[in-house]
Amino acid sequence: MNDTGSLVTLAPDSSGPAPTGERWIRFAKPARWIAIAGAVGVLAAPFMAWAYRPDALDDVSFWGEPSPLQWFAFALGLLLLGCLVAPFVIKPRPGRRPRRLLAFNRGAKAAASGSLVYFAVASAAIVLELGGLVALEPGAWAGLAGALVATVATRALPEGHDPRLQFLNTPAWGQILGIVGAVALVLFAAAYGLGQDGASTFVTFGVLCGVGVYVAARVGVMGWLSAAAARNRRALVLAAFAVAFLFPMTQDGSDANMSIAVGVLIFAATAMGLNIVVGLAGLLDLGYIAFLGAGAFTAAILSRSAFATLGWSPPFPVVVLISGTVAAILGLIIGSPTLRVSGDYLAIVTLAFGEIFRITMNNLDGVDGPNLTRGSNGIPAIPDLELFGFDFGESHMILGVQIGRFANYYWLMLLVLALIILVFTNLNHSRIGRGWVAIREDERAAEAMGVNVFGLKLLAFAGGAFLAGIAGAVKAHVDVSVTPDQYIFMESAFLVAGIVLGGMGTVGGVLIGASILKLLPEKLRFFEDYRLLMFGVLLVVMMRFRPEGLMPDERRQLEFHADDDELAEEIGENIEAHVIPSLAGAPEPDLKGDDA
Amino acid sequence: MTALLSARDVTMKFGGLTAVNQVSLDVAPGEIVGLIGPNGAGKTTFFNCLTGMYQPTSGEVEFDGQLLPPKPRRVAMAGVARTFQNIRLFQNMTALENVMVGRYARTGTNAIDAVFRLPRHRREETETRRIAEEWLDFVGLGEAADLLSRNMPYGDQRRLEIARALALEPKLLLLDEPTAGMNPQETREAEELITRIRGLGMAILVIEHDMRFIFSLCDRVACLVRGAVLIDGAPETVQNDPRVIEAYIGTPVDVAPSADGEGDSDA
Ligand SMILES: Nc1ncnc2c1ncn2[C@@H]1O[C@H](COP(=O)(O)OP(=O)(O)OP(=O)(O)O)[C@@H](O)[C@H]1O
Ligand SMILES: [Mg+2]
Repeated sequence: MNDTGSLVTLAPDSSGPAPTGERWIRFAKPARWIAIAGAVGVLAAPFMAWAYRPDALDDVSFWGEPSPLQWFAFALGLLLLGCLVAPFVIKPRPGRRPRRLLAFNRGAKAAASGSLVYFAVASAAIVLELGGLVALEPGAWAGLAGALVATVATRALPEGHDPRLQFLNTPAWGQILGIVGAVALVLFAAAYGLGQDGASTFVTFGVLCGVGVYVAARVGVMGWLSAAAARNRRALVLAAFAVAFLFPMTQDGSDANMSIAVGVLIFAATAMGLNIVVGLAGLLDLGYIAFLGAGAFTAAILSRSAFATLGWSPPFPVVVLISGTVAAILGLIIGSPTLRVSGDYLAIVTLAFGEIFRITMNNLDGVDGPNLTRGSNGIPAIPDLELFGFDFGESHMILGVQIGRFANYYWLMLLVLALIILVFTNLNHSRIGRGWVAIREDERAAEAMGVNVFGLKLLAFAGGAFLAGIAGAVKAHVDVSVTPDQYIFMESAFLVAGIVLGGMGTVGGVLIGASILKLLPEKLRFFEDYRLLMFGVLLVVMMRFRPEGLMPDERRQLEFHADDDELAEEIGENIEAHVIPSLAGAPEPDLKGDDA
Repeated sequence: MTALLSARDVTMKFGGLTAVNQVSLDVAPGEIVGLIGPNGAGKTTFFNCLTGMYQPTSGEVEFDGQLLPPKPRRVAMAGVARTFQNIRLFQNMTALENVMVGRYARTGTNAIDAVFRLPRHRREETETRRIAEEWLDFVGLGEAADLLSRNMPYGDQRRLEIARALALEPKLLLLDEPTAGMNPQETREAEELITRIRGLGMAILVIEHDMRFIFSLCDRVACLVRGAVLIDGAPETVQNDPRVIEAYIGTPVDVAPSADGEGDSDA
């Protein structure tokens, strides 16, 4: 039997969705016109009132004066109409094969169902906030109806050929321009989304972003972007880093958003450390938050807080190293006896370890043991960092923008995160990383090839713990106080969820997954009670439709590295040649081995 | 000539079932030895005993003058590489990466080298890549380097597994049914590949059900029946031995239907 954790070895075999609507193909022509009518409905809706009172969403009660959210709906409508009309406009040059760069029909389907979701969410928000269906004005109904008509009608359009935009020969500057544009869009979306105070506005905007990405993916733009990104790694990394660096500039001294942003960075850095353990080595660790806690407590105890119990406070760089080391030693202590068990057993043992850590921290209060952590009170009043004469607690003016306390920590955390990512990628692209992935894929086979399975597992555990410890050291100063109840099992679970959601073993995916999971609950305070339910649903949906995560491992994307049409054709044929015989009844090898 | 591998009285019991019973077998350097026997005879179990995946109930295995400990990693480092009856590739790694994993035991980059990209890391990385590419070319998969191994056709997966084993630079290669599930064309290619491997001076111990394949390729053939060695000798001798034929086809008389308690070979 395969003995790695069941959650970790989920087969990433997602065969594409079955072609829908092929039966209805003869209705394609009228369907297109009906869908266009629906799109017109969607386009008209923003110019009507959606709600009868102004206090729902961002005031959608006016006629003829769309609010931003209504403009977004308009944009969706344009997208839908564009996808529907494009085939009339873009025709293959006479005498040449159609290039089929973009899959407009797929885009239309996505945009139609996306608009429907958008209007449904917006209407639901209005109904909930104003109480009752009566609150909906004609605009909302028009939008809903138009989107519904378009959704149903587009089902009858054929799926069409896979988009080939990613195989188009684009000059390097074009690729880089695309990357920079996309990254800038992300910055804008993040700044705008964070600026929305109303939860319903935030959700609606989130839906818009999700729909936009989905449509882009279906049309084929995302394929092109990820191909360009794969070929211009450096440009992508630089652009992403620049955007992250500039983010505080867009906040104009608002500490509220920056404190959330710091929290997101800390969470992401921790997730990146856990990504070594779960994503690369395939070890399901459900107690990982303990290592973040170990780092935070170490830094707190070694800080200049009046409540610090040791009375020794070395400079911060030293504290960082000590915190990481303490966490790593904990990792070794927990790892060496437990890493011999695997899969679900390891998950249970690590879960227990996380609890033991929290309870121990609660009890090191001088009553039952040495007074190290002051028990459940924790260590409060941890002073702000001072590095090289720079006080992280003070505001500064940079280029006319106020940079507050949290923005300072944001930049520090950004640096820490960059270092952690560097460590992660360097390890991943080395003998060590290959060993980890081999263990994840097939532990017994890896061992038979001479991979030091136990040593590498231990290294993953200790290394991941070290990185979490470093993040914890910064977290102690950001949070001002460190208490045991910040490090509960739920946090570990969210870390794992973020990794699975984003794409195990990837950098970009885990960053996105972690950000989403940390950001949503912060912005959706009123959802508090339903948070877990929502995440549960989200994960189930992900596992059903995209088990490899939002951004699958680059190892799984290597097949798309062709530069031109010819090669693309060839690859397509190869894949067909390989897939079809296996469908035609060639004996499927039973890969769940009985060899060992 | 002294034997490269010498298994002495290897016995493997699973509860009441003796899957391998007092098997002794020698493989000389550069020799191709075939291991045949009906389903459930214990061939794969014997392989697992040799490679340390099972700890034999009794008996010992000597390789290159040293006793092999029952630790797969030590066995691999000593110079014994294997393939599996049910292909066990690293599915979500590319063909090239699979072979590069095979170099693991022959390289020494540690975490510090990798994190700081020290010279040893960079030197070994280029070298590992080059050698892995060479082995891929050797088995005829040079073009498939960037394909995920799970997306490769069945025959290619078998060859990739052989390339991964070869990358370990073993002195002895253990192949468990290298042509299982292949069509005649692929079988011929596999045969040709194994002959070329022999040309490298490597000793090979191969389990196979394809008799034509075994008798045309091997220097020596051993036949295992119900865990014990029935006969061990030159291909012609084994081929014509009535007991071998009997073991495969069965005697026409006196076979009680309940006599065979070990038919189910799926562990
Ligand atoms: N781990 C195990 N536990 C219990 N019984 C086992 C185990 N592994 C193998 N066996 C049994 O040992 C016997 C020999 O199995 P083995 O797989 O070695 O046969 P084989 O000669 O390789 O057969 P085949 O030609 O079908 O591959 C079978 O009866 C099998 O059921
Ligand atoms: Mg077998």
